[in-house]
Amino acid sequence: MLSSQIKSNEIVFGSCNKDLLEEIIFYGIGLGADFVEIFIENTDNSSVLAEEDFITSVSPSFGRGAGIRIFKGKKDGFVSTNDLTKDGLMRSVSQAIEMLDITDNKREVFNGLNKHRDYSLPKKEWINEVPSIHEISEKLLVSTKSLKKNNKIITRKGSYSRNLQEVIIASSDGTYVSDIRLHQTVGLNVIASDAQYRSNGSRRFGSSGMPNEFRLWDHEKAANDVFESSMVMLYADYVDAGQMPVVLANKFGGVIFHEACGHLLETTQIERGTTPFENKLNEKIAHESVTAIDEGISEGSFGSLSVDDEGMEPEKSVLIKDGILKKFISDRAGELRTGHKRTGSGRRQNYSFAAASRMRNTYIAKGDHSKEDLINSISDGLYCKSMGGGSVGATGQFNFAVEEGYIIKNGKLTNPVKGATLIGEAKEVMPKISMCGNDLELAPGFCGSISGSVNVTVGQPHIKVDSITVGGR
Amino acid sequence: MNSKEITIQISEAADSLNLKKWDYGASFSNDYSVQVDKGEAKQLKASQKQILTIRVWNESNLVGITTTSDISESGIKKALNQANIASDFGNKNEIIEFSPLAKDPIEVKNSKKRNPVGIKKLLTLLRQAEVKLLESHESIKSVPYNGLSESFYERVYANSDGAFRSYTKSQAALYLYARAEEKNKKPRSSGSVKLGYGVEDIDIESCIKDASNKTISHLNYSSIQTDKYLICFSPESFLTIINAFSSMFNARSILDGVSLSNKDSIGEKLSTEALNIYDDGLHEKNISSSPFDGEGTPTKRLCLINKGRLENFIHSESTARIFKTIPTGHAGLGSKVSVSPDWIVVEKSEENTDLKTSLDHSTYEGEFVYIEELNAIHAGVRASQGSFSLPFDGWLYKNGKKISIESATVAGDIKYLLKNIVNIESNQEVTTSGISPHIWVDELSITGDA
Repeated sequence: MLSSQIKSNEIVFGSCNKDLLEEIIFYGIGLGADFVEIFIENTDNSSVLAEEDFITSVSPSFGRGAGIRIFKGKKDGFVSTNDLTKDGLMRSVSQAIEMLDITDNKREVFNGLNKHRDYSLPKKEWINEVPSIHEISEKLLVSTKSLKKNNKIITRKGSYSRNLQEVIIASSDGTYVSDIRLHQTVGLNVIASDAQYRSNGSRRFGSSGMPNEFRLWDHEKAANDVFESSMVMLYADYVDAGQMPVVLANKFGGVIFHEACGHLLETTQIERGTTPFENKLNEKIAHESVTAIDEGISEGSFGSLSVDDEGMEPEKSVLIKDGILKKFISDRAGELRTGHKRTGSGRRQNYSFAAASRMRNTYIAKGDHSKEDLINSISDGLYCKSMGGGSVGATGQFNFAVEEGYIIKNGKLTNPVKGATLIGEAKEVMPKISMCGNDLELAPGFCGSISGSVNVTVGQPHIKVDSITVGGR
Repeated sequence: MNSKEITIQISEAADSLNLKKWDYGASFSNDYSVQVDKGEAKQLKASQKQILTIRVWNESNLVGITTTSDISESGIKKALNQANIASDFGNKNEIIEFSPLAKDPIEVKNSKKRNPVGIKKLLTLLRQAEVKLLESHESIKSVPYNGLSESFYERVYANSDGAFRSYTKSQAALYLYARAEEKNKKPRSSGSVKLGYGVEDIDIESCIKDASNKTISHLNYSSIQTDKYLICFSPESFLTIINAFSSMFNARSILDGVSLSNKDSIGEKLSTEALNIYDDGLHEKNISSSPFDGEGTPTKRLCLINKGRLENFIHSESTARIFKTIPTGHAGLGSKVSVSPDWIVVEKSEENTDLKTSLDHSTYEGEFVYIEELNAIHAGVRASQGSFSLPFDGWLYKNGKKISIESATVAGDIKYLLKNIVNIESNQEVTTSGISPHIWVDELSITGDA
């Protein structure tokens, strides 16, 4: 008796909530909504920080909440709440309806929810399969210890975070979906110092849906990589500013495409009128050597998902094919407002954000050249081995920090340089990506935008940009 | 549950788990916001949020923590349990205690809490603002980023030693970011943000005017030659730089080895004697002021740089104990307690005879670069190395003319920048992150694509 009462009056994870969800959606439709969507989540996260040879922070967190979105025409009202009771959810629907000032008598038809698509079934045991805090702590401490390779390393850090998110998504088009998402990241960073010289080295690794991944992580290799990078950069000179050809390394070098072009292919940018590519479908926007993809299906990749935050399975979207713009990244609101079909890209940080069109695993496809071909083709330029963060402005201008760079002289890598920033505009840079290597690799990252911070993968093979502004001193 | 009930609930649950020592921080908020698109409502948002962070001390005096949005009886018990488990991994090398100031009186300024105006009023005001901004100049074609919001929140800190603090506040924000287009030119964009305790306190007309003027002023643009220039930082851009390198004043960063300063840096000469910098979270112009920090320590005004010399560091309870001083009211509440500045105030000291006072951004006729706004701070600042390379919006003043600069970065070193301040103008301006006059710096590198 008690069990059924709970089921009818409050969302219970792991149980059938169909009746309650239908009741709430009926309520919204009855009040005049064109469309009602309910997104409910339950999270269980933890993070661990190791500094030098000690664990200095263990931070578990858990939470639950719902985001309710009501569409009327092309406008939408979004209400988020921590109250998952029937009354709480009904109140949120009423609030959204009231905000939208719905007064007409037109009523949409809601035929009830479809059969439950439960993507969470094979994932129920993940919470028991992920490493314990004890196991994580031990491995992080071994990792930070292995960073202690000489006395120039003055700061050593290892960090781990695990996010487990259980979601229920239901909407008035019949969508009724459950899923469990697991993301794990681990990072190492150091500061090296010698007299007036200082450098940083850092690397981050991440996966989705692979509870065992942290155990398989090769911390020795990662530590060697971070150490070597910091040593090379310790005595590096500042780069001289100017216009020059650059070769961008694979993996995280793909952040250039993510920032410079990927964001401009999200339908939110069309809605705002801020993308130069709005009317360029089937037109050439990049060099013919460029084919670019956004997908959510690569197994284990940080941006992969079984189902997006609007209940649609992700598709593999070829955005640019041989330089020709083929597709935009679209969510429900994007389809409604711009006409571009949904691509399974409706994503949000958590229940307190409405979903928006966001990238998943986004990369430039591999070409035919070796890395050496690209470098050999440049007489004076810059090799960007490791990229830092970047951003794109409201009119498409972008910038990226180069963490580890080398001068290219007569087709050879020479001395390391620091302090470089790559600056440009997508429209101008995309046609200048003239060579793509054959060594495509992906790297995890976090992307912050309109619907919060989401897990993504960036990637590319080595690529050559014929000319770009390099900021320095 | 209200904050008193939560405190009782935590106390009882802690007793049942035999946890003698605990503290918590909580926030409860209701937020409302609107966005418009060419006169139509685009997205209307409301959110109710609650966040509770609990710390517990185990028998070995090690601390564990848990954060949750589930503030039910069962959620609180679960949080205490998890925190208790996490305390097994507490940091043995840095003991955390309650702030010795957690029961000191706090200065709660005249409550400026406003009543909500409601979504409909927000929408009406934002629609009107968008129309006015679009009508302000024929080249302004859209306002792609806009929003008007109001928030109402309560913050609480309490501990098992009997400390209890709470305050309630309201805050409203308007941002308008316009996009201007002219034939055969690249689109240009700029905007303005205004804050107030409530919507009625926001100067909407001034936000529209600022957004319009800034956007239009960038329509005529040109590339800039890569070189070293005399720079005038706007109050906003100088505060951005100071905040980006605030690890210089931060005791936590010093202990972590990521600051340019060290324990013995107090008294070090960083800049001209004409420069004073304070952190003043309770400043009357700080809309977001909080009377206490995450550990319950009262917020207060603190001098960071006095006549060009480093005067104080900002502290949490544990860093203060290590440095043998008192907490300064800058702590967060976490497993590892963070420390951060509140509200930076930059001013000209009395020792200002070495300044070149002829450098005034409104009258100076020589060549200089005016930096209005710095961008991409997260990508272009290496705080632990002291270096920066940042894209900016600004103008080149040359031969009596002012022209917007297209795609350029300013690069340098914070210590070099502070040492090369050549003028601090007299008039301070209030921004969303603090107060500062215009600051002139000689010989910084600008990279352009001319």
